Amino acid sequence: MEFITLVGRVFVHFFEAAGRLGIFTSKTIYHCFTPPFYFKQILSQIIQIGFFSLPVVALTTLFAGMVIALQTYTGFARFSAEGAVSMVVLVAVTRELAPVMAGLMVAGRIGAAMAAEIGTMRVTEQIDALSTLSTNPFKYLIAPRVIAGILMLPVLVLIGDIIGIYGGYLIGVYKLDFNATSYLVNTWDFMKPMDIISGLVKASVFGFIITLLGCYNGFNSKGGAQGVGAATTNAVVSASILILIFNYILTELFFNT
Amino acid sequence: MPTTQKSLLKRTVDLLKGKEETPPMIKLTDVHKSFGKKVVLNGVNLEVQRGESVVIIGGSGTGKSVTLKCILGLLKPEKGSIIVDGTEVSDASAKVHEQINSKIGMLFQGAALFDSMSVWENVAFGLMQGKKMSRKEAYHIAIEKLAQVGLGEDVAHLDPADLSGGMKKRVGLARAIASSPDIIFFDEPTTGLDPIMSDIINELIVSCVKKLGATALTITHDMASARKIADKIAMLYDGKIIWVGTVKEIEKTKNPYVRQFIAGSANGPIQMAVKADE
Ligand SMILES: Nc1ncnc2c1ncn2[C@@H]1O[C@H](COP(=O)(O)OP(=O)(O)OP(=O)(O)O)[C@@H](O)[C@H]1O
Ligand SMILES: [Mg+2]
Repeated sequence: MEFITLVGRVFVHFFEAAGRLGIFTSKTIYHCFTPPFYFKQILSQIIQIGFFSLPVVALTTLFAGMVIALQTYTGFARFSAEGAVSMVVLVAVTRELAPVMAGLMVAGRIGAAMAAEIGTMRVTEQIDALSTLSTNPFKYLIAPRVIAGILMLPVLVLIGDIIGIYGGYLIGVYKLDFNATSYLVNTWDFMKPMDIISGLVKASVFGFIITLLGCYNGFNSKGGAQGVGAATTNAVVSASILILIFNYILTELFFNT
Repeated sequence: MPTTQKSLLKRTVDLLKGKEETPPMIKLTDVHKSFGKKVVLNGVNLEVQRGESVVIIGGSGTGKSVTLKCILGLLKPEKGSIIVDGTEVSDASAKVHEQINSKIGMLFQGAALFDSMSVWENVAFGLMQGKKMSRKEAYHIAIEKLAQVGLGEDVAHLDPADLSGGMKKRVGLARAIASSPDIIFFDEPTTGLDPIMSDIINELIVSCVKKLGATALTITHDMASARKIADKIAMLYDGKIIWVGTVKEIEKTKNPYVRQFIAGSANGPIQMAVKADE
């Protein structure tokens, strides 16, 4: 009997949380498309997300590209199919690795920072103060972050694509002794627009997930420093999980129909 | 400043007409608010007339700040009506609140300064965002308001994090009055200030009400401050307003709760929960 009440309670909590997130999401979308727009806030978030995340994204995609080249080579050598390395690197990086790596890295960097900043604003009543100064917190705080996330993640991923492929090229040419020109020509010939586009669409979705959950957790944080800490952890963990789930769903949609 | 003249004129007209005729600026009727099982407001009734300065007193944790937040729409009461300047706000939409709140200036108990902005930008925020004033113009007004709370131009460029508690409070006060609102809420304006600065702030509040014709609702524990700024004092106890009267009346009242509160005595009908078995 106790078990049943426990299960029931978990279910109720789950649907309550899902409902609250749903309302928050629809409010956010509404405020992203209705004026006033705070362009200065959007710009500063674009710099925060786009520019300052470049180093981590560049580093992770570089090494991801490198390790894929190495692993493909050792694996494919068994079937004497080493020539496929450049194509595998291309597909793996553009379709999966760059968007997922960038998504996870930005979730750790930006999602956490947003939850902490907005959470602190919540517990110190700064969000209340905003609304008393005739400024809608959704428009001033949340919409700019979400817009910047949707716009900037694809840019980061595009750069990550290039760097990741370059990482594969470095390993291919300097370690595995492929011919530099033919490696590049192979890559170029094999490239399909869909590989790149699917990665960029994924990136946009991830940008939305990261910023939305960062803002949601911060906005609803309770208590003092501890509440803000919990909000930060939740933002990163939930965004990371959702990124992996949506990555699968989007791959399914793009390549399996 | 034309707005000042207008509100002065309005106040004079109000006075000539006799105050009874004009509806109250703020009217709370039977307001209830609980958090979970904890009942905080249990039928609050309060009227604040136009151009009047009302002080709310009451023990710590009785719901004074919650009352202000209900009026501002930051918290939603479960029951009751709150009318601000003729508009029902207790179940109003965000748009209506935004419109009503543009007439209200609020000093938060913890100052609630934006820590991503400098001091002067905090003060000028409402002017630049709400009233679409240019940065330069807003800067001058911010400096002027900061001077009124005893802070110089050197402070204006600091970050809020670099200020002392009392300085933060005064910046919050400057921000609350920056856009010359019709209604001003002060949540413990003199807490954490030295006696001299407290008196300067008291005078500033009085001048906002008397000279600018604003309506003020102030929360304070400081009876000296209450006597100085209040036209009317209301006492909140156990979720209700149990007593309302003028400063003169409060000295003579026989109400045991009020007497204990203004005497600051531990003995009386008000029992604070300080025993473990409470
Ligand atoms: N957001 C909230 N969630 C839960 N409980 C709350 C919340 N805000 C206030 N309370 C509770 O409501 C009660 C009244 O709080 P309030 O801040 O109004 O007190 P106060 O009268 O302003 O006291 P003080 O003079 O100490 O500032 C407190 O018991 C507090 O615990
Ligand atoms: Mg309070």
